[in-house]
Amino acid sequence: MKREIWKGSEAIAEAAIRAGCRCFFGYPITPQNEIPEYMSLHMPQSGGVFVQAESELAAVNMVYGAAASGVRAMTSSSSPGVSLKQEGISYLAACQLPAVIVNVMRGGPGLGSIQPAQGDYFQATRGGGNGDYRTVVLAPANIQEAVDLTQEAFDIADQYRNPVVLLADGLIGQMMEPIVWKERTPRTLPEKTWAACGRGNRDHNNFITSLLIDAPSCEAHNLELHKKVLEMEKNECRWEEILLDDAEMVLVAYGTPSRVAQTAAENLRRQGIKAGVFRPITLWPYPYARLREIAALDRVKGFLTVEMSLGQMLDDVNLAVAERKPVKFYGRCGGKIPGVSEVERAVQEAWKEVK
Amino acid sequence: MTVLERFPHRLTLVTGHYGTGKTEFSVNLALALAEAGERAALADLDIVNPYFRSRERRELLEAAGVRLIATSQALADADVPALPAELHALLEDRTVRGVLDIGGDPSGARVLARYRPRIVKEDYRLLYVVNAARPEVRTAERSAEVLRAIETVTGLACTGLVNNTHLCGETTAEDIREGAALAEEVSRLTGIPVACHAAEARFLEALKDLDPFPMEIRMKKPWE
Repeated sequence: MKREIWKGSEAIAEAAIRAGCRCFFGYPITPQNEIPEYMSLHMPQSGGVFVQAESELAAVNMVYGAAASGVRAMTSSSSPGVSLKQEGISYLAACQLPAVIVNVMRGGPGLGSIQPAQGDYFQATRGGGNGDYRTVVLAPANIQEAVDLTQEAFDIADQYRNPVVLLADGLIGQMMEPIVWKERTPRTLPEKTWAACGRGNRDHNNFITSLLIDAPSCEAHNLELHKKVLEMEKNECRWEEILLDDAEMVLVAYGTPSRVAQTAAENLRRQGIKAGVFRPITLWPYPYARLREIAALDRVKGFLTVEMSLGQMLDDVNLAVAERKPVKFYGRCGGKIPGVSEVERAVQEAWKEVK
Repeated sequence: MTVLERFPHRLTLVTGHYGTGKTEFSVNLALALAEAGERAALADLDIVNPYFRSRERRELLEAAGVRLIATSQALADADVPALPAELHALLEDRTVRGVLDIGGDPSGARVLARYRPRIVKEDYRLLYVVNAARPEVRTAERSAEVLRAIETVTGLACTGLVNNTHLCGETTAEDIREGAALAEEVSRLTGIPVACHAAEARFLEALKDLDPFPMEIRMKKPWE
């Protein structure tokens, strides 16, 4: 297969088009401007629709409209812009509309900086908008994975009729790496008989709304949605284990920090510390069960969570490890990336305490 | 060939489709000029990319004696399309050899139009970087189209092609040869000569016949 060198953001855009995305609505924000830029040229060439909306809110509601008609639709933004989309994501989840939302995270809170960060972990994994719902959150750590997960995201969204978030940090959006365009086997998906795309020969109108004004109906609807949450939890969990087979010290990291953690682990092994990396690929559902198994191993002495935020995924690591072993933390934030030597030092410090 | 034989002009303007490796090439060229004993300056005029910019290598460049011309430190992490006033010092001072690292595509190259009246009075060469691993410009026709569009927005003629084909850490000598073939094809279409092939030092032996300009990867990722 032919290797090509792609920038993260443009690769995500091309992957979406190849996955059959036919509507893209967005509003520019650094560090993901290459997504709308790429879409503006290539989406119309692929027979799809590109609209630069007047705002993030408009964009996500255009996605709602397109998804309601049964079309594969996507929007993308970066942290403050994704905050603005939260109402729309809640509505998409409520109305069981499949859609893909890309967040190329930058420093926050508020407008923050334009450098890479991971401060939107809570927002992405806990819902972000109002009400009882979850979105599958996919966190690529390299450009090939960003491509593969973007394509997968559309299938997951269609299978569960639920929005899916692709959560990349700014570096994944901006860096370049070689990729190949693989032959994919798409999932077998149900027909979109619910889509509001004209009555046709149906004996009823398809009606899409999130307003369920009487409480029993609203509760019944929530319980229906919750069944899907349990299904997604059961089926969609993904992670990667790097150098973990004999590891005594486990670094837990996703996205860019997982790459830093891997180099740190390789260096630490040369210094006599058997370090490995547990990398969640889905942040929701979180791979609690596997992490819990690892925490129960006698040889594993402790954990170090590495983030480009100040201890958000740490909550999930603590939930999984549940005090079986010590969990330490190292994080940078606001747009700063943890350096390899910083992470090595943090592991060395932790190792002294836990070994 | 020495760096001064390859790049004899006082100002080297490095343009290309975005992602072809202009910044990596520019940083390497500026360092090579300084190493050859020249008073070298590198101007970061990229107003397109927010990350992976030559100004991120300020310490390395300054330690090697290269003067870095970039927007003020206060704006180093911003993506405002501001240009450094200090660039005029480079244009005026003919004792300095300058490398101008320009943003990708015609949209990035547009900054040069502003300086055109001054640049045309100087001994300059506008280079166009070719990378056969970049999907948008992997055909000679498309690559030549982008080249002509850059000439149109800048009002400057390109007089040299640089084959900088790479796949980050996965580059092979064959990839660079594929890029050489593409550069020759672009050269045939446009009548512009191939100025050089750029390759990491590890390929110099395998590509002896191409006499590549030796590169060392300077724009590394945080974990490399």
